[in-house]
Amino acid sequence: MASVNKQSDFISNLGRIYGLYTAGFIGFTLLLAVLEQLGVPKTIIGYLFVFLTISVYALIGYISRTAQLSQYYVAGRQVPAFYNGMATGSDWMSAASFISMAGGLYLQGYNGLAFVLGWTGGYVLVATLLAPYLRKFGQYTVPDFLGARYGGNAARACGVIVLLAASFTYVVAQVFGVGIIASRFLGISFEVAVFVGLAGILVCSMLGGMRAVTWTQVAQYIILIIAYLVPVVWLSTKKYGIPIPELTYGQALSQIYELENKLGILRHHTDAFVNAQGKFSWTEWTNFLALVFCLMVGTASLPHILMRYFTTPNVRDARRSVGWSIFFIFLLYFTAPAYAAFAKLEVYSTVIGQPIASLPDWVQSWSKVAGMLTIRDANGDGILQLAELTLNQDIIVLSTPEIAGLPYVVSGLVAAGGLAAALSTADGLLLALANALSHDVYYRMMDPKASPTRRLVVSRTLLIIVAVIAAAVASTRPSGIIQMVAWAFSLAAAGLFAPLVFGIWWKRTTATGAICGMMSGFLICLFYLVSTRYYPEWFKMTFGTDLWWGIRNISSAIFGLPIAFLVTYVVSLMTKAPSQEMQDFIDSIRVPVGEVAYKEKLE
Amino acid sequence: MADKTLSLERREAYWRRTSRLMWTIMAIWFVFGFVVPAIAPALNTIVILGFPLGFYFAAQGSLIVFVVLCFWNSSAQNKIDEEFGVAED
Repeated sequence: MASVNKQSDFISNLGRIYGLYTAGFIGFTLLLAVLEQLGVPKTIIGYLFVFLTISVYALIGYISRTAQLSQYYVAGRQVPAFYNGMATGSDWMSAASFISMAGGLYLQGYNGLAFVLGWTGGYVLVATLLAPYLRKFGQYTVPDFLGARYGGNAARACGVIVLLAASFTYVVAQVFGVGIIASRFLGISFEVAVFVGLAGILVCSMLGGMRAVTWTQVAQYIILIIAYLVPVVWLSTKKYGIPIPELTYGQALSQIYELENKLGILRHHTDAFVNAQGKFSWTEWTNFLALVFCLMVGTASLPHILMRYFTTPNVRDARRSVGWSIFFIFLLYFTAPAYAAFAKLEVYSTVIGQPIASLPDWVQSWSKVAGMLTIRDANGDGILQLAELTLNQDIIVLSTPEIAGLPYVVSGLVAAGGLAAALSTADGLLLALANALSHDVYYRMMDPKASPTRRLVVSRTLLIIVAVIAAAVASTRPSGIIQMVAWAFSLAAAGLFAPLVFGIWWKRTTATGAICGMMSGFLICLFYLVSTRYYPEWFKMTFGTDLWWGIRNISSAIFGLPIAFLVTYVVSLMTKAPSQEMQDFIDSIRVPVGEVAYKEKLE
Repeated sequence: MADKTLSLERREAYWRRTSRLMWTIMAIWFVFGFVVPAIAPALNTIVILGFPLGFYFAAQGSLIVFVVLCFWNSSAQNKIDEEFGVAED
């Protein structure tokens, strides 16, 4: 068959195709650098970066359009481990990782490292506990697994509820991020920018489903990692003569330490679990470890990540692909602390204590952008004190090119990278949401006789509806990006981790046990989150404390998760053990070869 | 092709080996994900190349361990699969 040959040609030529693509992108960036030197205005360069990259993604989305169900849902299960790792990397790293994380590290020092640890360590759980077994199970969605393992639509519906809650919170944060970047670099209002960004997201995911999203995400990973590394490598070479920032920022850390002493800062950048007075605090200690735990478990429960491992050719590749995923994610995450350190050193040594009239150019230009950098000469001495400078956490990555004195083309590159990060995650999330609604709710629960064509039409329609609702919610600016993202992690962790892990690793888990566990964990987590965030007075009146054991609500899963496990365990033991048929099914997904013993067959 | 269905005994042995690998990896994960970060204030008194050791682990060292763990899991599990004849072709 011609189309099959074409497809396998494409797979075997991936290295050449993406090699050419990378070279093309570098050539394009260099060309813009030359244009900048020839005097082309900055706004034009910004436009070129944003529009050209979005058109490339749209083109890939268009070329990969498909009308085949297995291509649409799982990219035909042909994605090699290495490329699935890249796609997962950009699926995973969102606006929060790209734009905000280094800024968080700048502001919080050691305490901010909870995000770095939590957002990488979760892959160890994915690799050992879940990915290979879900791949062997071999259906289309995460609720598919819950439905098969826990006998029917009740468990499937619970899974869908948790998936919708977590993924929707997450996608709103991404659309919000796309809106911020588009509004800054296109010079349009935030509310309009949100919908412009949305168009970019939809072109990729709507026509070609998982197949288009996969190949776009690989392209987006390449752009985002180049964009993240270029400025900081440049800075490291300039300052210390070695182009490996991850090695050289140790020196920056020591210099920061000395400057902190000189400036009388009590809370050192590298000090662990300290409060504002620079004293060790048990509250910080517990919150740090709780957050690391929730982010790790959340990683292993997010459906849009887990479903990426449905796309590899076999179980062995699924395992290997988790290794590549964490490797590609690691490249960005272990660089982020270097960003933070270089920026802090620059601020402490060339900004603080200087006459306000003669601050570096980048400070002047960023103080013109509302809410990003503010200087208030409180004591009126004309010298900038530390307390007189306020930095927004989103400024660090975006301003590093200017801090390093690099040409504007690098700023455009960073914007393109941030956009790639936000778009790729939004694509993956929207697809997870639309698939859950079209496949799990519509096809499996409402109309099992629906034809493949009809299912694709439903899926595409739902994709647009969900996307528009997400954009509408995002345009109201509900909360900060990191906050929303961390909530999504807690919700997914509390609701999905226990039934998924127990379903594979403990044969005695019963349907009733899993459903009770899933719902109690999810509801406790949701209750803590909503009540402490929106009804703090009521919470204090009822429980006589602001927070249970001082745990902040971004780590809500720390309460939901143990309850989910406990309830699943106890209720399972109280109910009748799963049938022999079910035990055979579990045995069959534990072993890489052989058929899956699954009575409800799909086409 | 040889019959690849395992006898009950072999299947249980296979799962015991797989579980043992899982618990080993979980233990290392726990140490570098939680124990090392938890004692960071003590480790921070040692400074190498400008990095206080506690900071270094949370920012880089533990991450490297996680990457290695994922690749190691993949190759160790493949060996188990081959030994029991259940690896895919």
